[in-house]
Amino acid sequence: MQIDWSKYSSASTFDELVGPECRARAGGDALMRHVSELGGEELRQRQQAAEVAIRAMGITFTVYHEQGGSIDRAWPLDILPRTIARREWERIDLGLRQRVRALNLFIDDVYHEQRIVRDGIFPGELIATSKNFRPMCRGIAPPHRVWAHICGSDLVRGSDGTVYVLEDNLRVPSGVSYMLENRAVIKRVFPELFQRAAILPVDDYASRLYDMLASMSPRQGERPEVVVLTPGIYNSAYFEHAYLAGQMGCELVEGRDLVVQDDDCVYMQTIRGWTRVDVIYRRIDDEFLDPEVFRKDSTLGVAGLMRAWSKGNVALANAPGAGVADDKLVYTYVPEMIRYYLGEDAILPNVPSWRCREPGELEHVLAHLGELVVKPVDGSGGYGMLMGPSATPQEREQFARSLRAAPRDFIAQPVVALSTVPTLVADGIEPRHVDLRPFILSGPSPYVTTGGLTRVALRRGSLVVNSSQGGGSKDTWIVDTEA
Amino acid sequence: MLARTVENMYWLARYVERAENMARMISATTNVLLDLPGASAHRWAPMIAITGSEAEFERRGLDADERSVVQFLIADPGNPGSIVASLRAARENARTLREVIPAAVWEQLNHFYHEVNDEVAVGLPQRNRFNLLKRIVVNSQALTGAFDGTASRNDAWAFLLLGRNLERADMTSRILDVRSAELKRASAAEEDPYELIQWMSVLKSLSGYQMYRLARRTRVARADVLDFLLRDGQFPRSCAFCLREMTHVLGELPRADEVLNSLVAAAQFIAGADLAAVDQPALQRLLDELQLHIKAVHEGIAATYFPSAPSVAT
Repeated sequence: MQIDWSKYSSASTFDELVGPECRARAGGDALMRHVSELGGEELRQRQQAAEVAIRAMGITFTVYHEQGGSIDRAWPLDILPRTIARREWERIDLGLRQRVRALNLFIDDVYHEQRIVRDGIFPGELIATSKNFRPMCRGIAPPHRVWAHICGSDLVRGSDGTVYVLEDNLRVPSGVSYMLENRAVIKRVFPELFQRAAILPVDDYASRLYDMLASMSPRQGERPEVVVLTPGIYNSAYFEHAYLAGQMGCELVEGRDLVVQDDDCVYMQTIRGWTRVDVIYRRIDDEFLDPEVFRKDSTLGVAGLMRAWSKGNVALANAPGAGVADDKLVYTYVPEMIRYYLGEDAILPNVPSWRCREPGELEHVLAHLGELVVKPVDGSGGYGMLMGPSATPQEREQFARSLRAAPRDFIAQPVVALSTVPTLVADGIEPRHVDLRPFILSGPSPYVTTGGLTRVALRRGSLVVNSSQGGGSKDTWIVDTEA
Repeated sequence: MLARTVENMYWLARYVERAENMARMISATTNVLLDLPGASAHRWAPMIAITGSEAEFERRGLDADERSVVQFLIADPGNPGSIVASLRAARENARTLREVIPAAVWEQLNHFYHEVNDEVAVGLPQRNRFNLLKRIVVNSQALTGAFDGTASRNDAWAFLLLGRNLERADMTSRILDVRSAELKRASAAEEDPYELIQWMSVLKSLSGYQMYRLARRTRVARADVLDFLLRDGQFPRSCAFCLREMTHVLGELPRADEVLNSLVAAAQFIAGADLAAVDQPALQRLLDELQLHIKAVHEGIAATYFPSAPSVAT
């Protein structure tokens, strides 16, 4: 079966590969030609080869199932990559650095003078009412004054081609291991394309991450003991925790392996006795970190960890309390933060948002519920949202009641018609909607991944890209068109 | 290295070794029963005893016939000693070790696990069974090879060797224990051709027949087999050999004094036994005591190196 691009139609949305008149967009030339040459049968065989490789390499994610407990599933990867021209990526890269710099300055300000509140840019009551504000973090100065060392920002492209930031994940963003593994698999699947096109490599993330973590050690001059703290094997991102620890050559620890001793330092139990830990890349939410301070019933954390951290005896990434900026209502202020702290205009725009806590905006949202997406400010994973256009009248009514009762807890946005990428389906190639999650490291010098994790909604017309809800992924190619 | 990590490594090695030993044992048993006249169903019962899973087997209300026993030992996921359960446990342990084991090892274990699960149903009947069991042994040895060729000789490696050798010593003593109990007419062994092939089968269960002939250059006889499997200094599945390997490994580890003492006690016990003279009841007592020694070595390793109860500091 031949692939005939003239039959490929992405209707009213922006397609990342195929532009007007069936011509490849910048960076997509080699891929489009190669796909037509291979044909459908060959592509399907390569898709199968990719699936065999994923199974053999044991690339999995864990899904909770109400009856079956947790299930280890093979990672879903569509072999047709998503391409972005290097020139465009450079602008996005700059925009992400700018954004994360402002976010870190904001978090540091929140826990110190709160100048942004005094100057009337940001309403103070939003801090006090944020579920992720940690009063015990006030006055603490983490290394480099950075709080969100690892940030995963979700980008989407609208039908006019504009790239928007949809949200910033500043707590424990995941997905970077899949970005790296997707590349490893796709290099096996399309080796000839890597020879033909100038596709920028992604491999240096783990060593950048390690360098950043090591730079935070309280005992400079000695070889730092860096560990990855995981909730354990049943966590949905366990694969990633083990993967990153392995790539960095660090211990993968659980809370029960660590103890805070009388000197307020953190130690881990090794076969040689107790060894001091300098830096913890924690993949556990704030609430579970330390039963002395947060949830008393947490068995995942380490008693006394906050004490050790606040005395500067151990570094935590991300810092506790960084989640205060991981609130969708706070998100709506990011362009103002960039102007306030950096004196610059935001390079990457937010998706236009209505703040339901402001009475005029609430009325607008209630009047247009059928056209809008309403999101809880502290939600993630696509849960608890109202998709106005597809919701039933009853669902809308129910949501309207929630909105009136707790307007602080919601924002609303227009439905973004996510851009599409050609994706292999049963009988050929069809457009499927995608987003993109790049990862930004903030240490002595910032670093942005080359591309990121592209997530794809595998069902026709669906906008839900979450892997727990039927989403898949793609390799992301930043293509140097001038090389 | 983290205490919990080395514990998982130790168990990973034990589970893989257990699956491989089980495959050898079922293979050898299937083989010898083909040679025995009128081999009856009860001949399979000792296999349940060797693996210490009598209670679990009885709970299912199964007859100890070939079909049930083979199914129970290879393919029953609810029997913790079965091959599929051992492999599952090995893989779960490896999942907690992905940051320390080489990718080649993980991929081989993963392949091993998937292959056995995919093929176990068709591999149970006699005509396919040898092939399935052979695949299991080959996969296990590929795993050993991947470890050997790619893993650094660090703390994780040390506990891999400890787990492997402890499981081997344990399995050798169990096979002798149960199979010798079956061979009650020990004194007449030399006269009985079926007695002979049963001792050969014991050797074959441990892949030791060829090496036995090479080392002893003598006919298969009870006292010699016992001596070979308990005391041979060169055969990698003899108890003495496994204990010596563990002694070497522990010599390089910190805080090993107590475990080393228990190893010395076990080795002296084996060296001092008068194998030519022991009658059947005495042999049973001897093997029971040997198993207690092996258990003490395991407990010493666990107490010295594995995580103590959570939140208890030094």
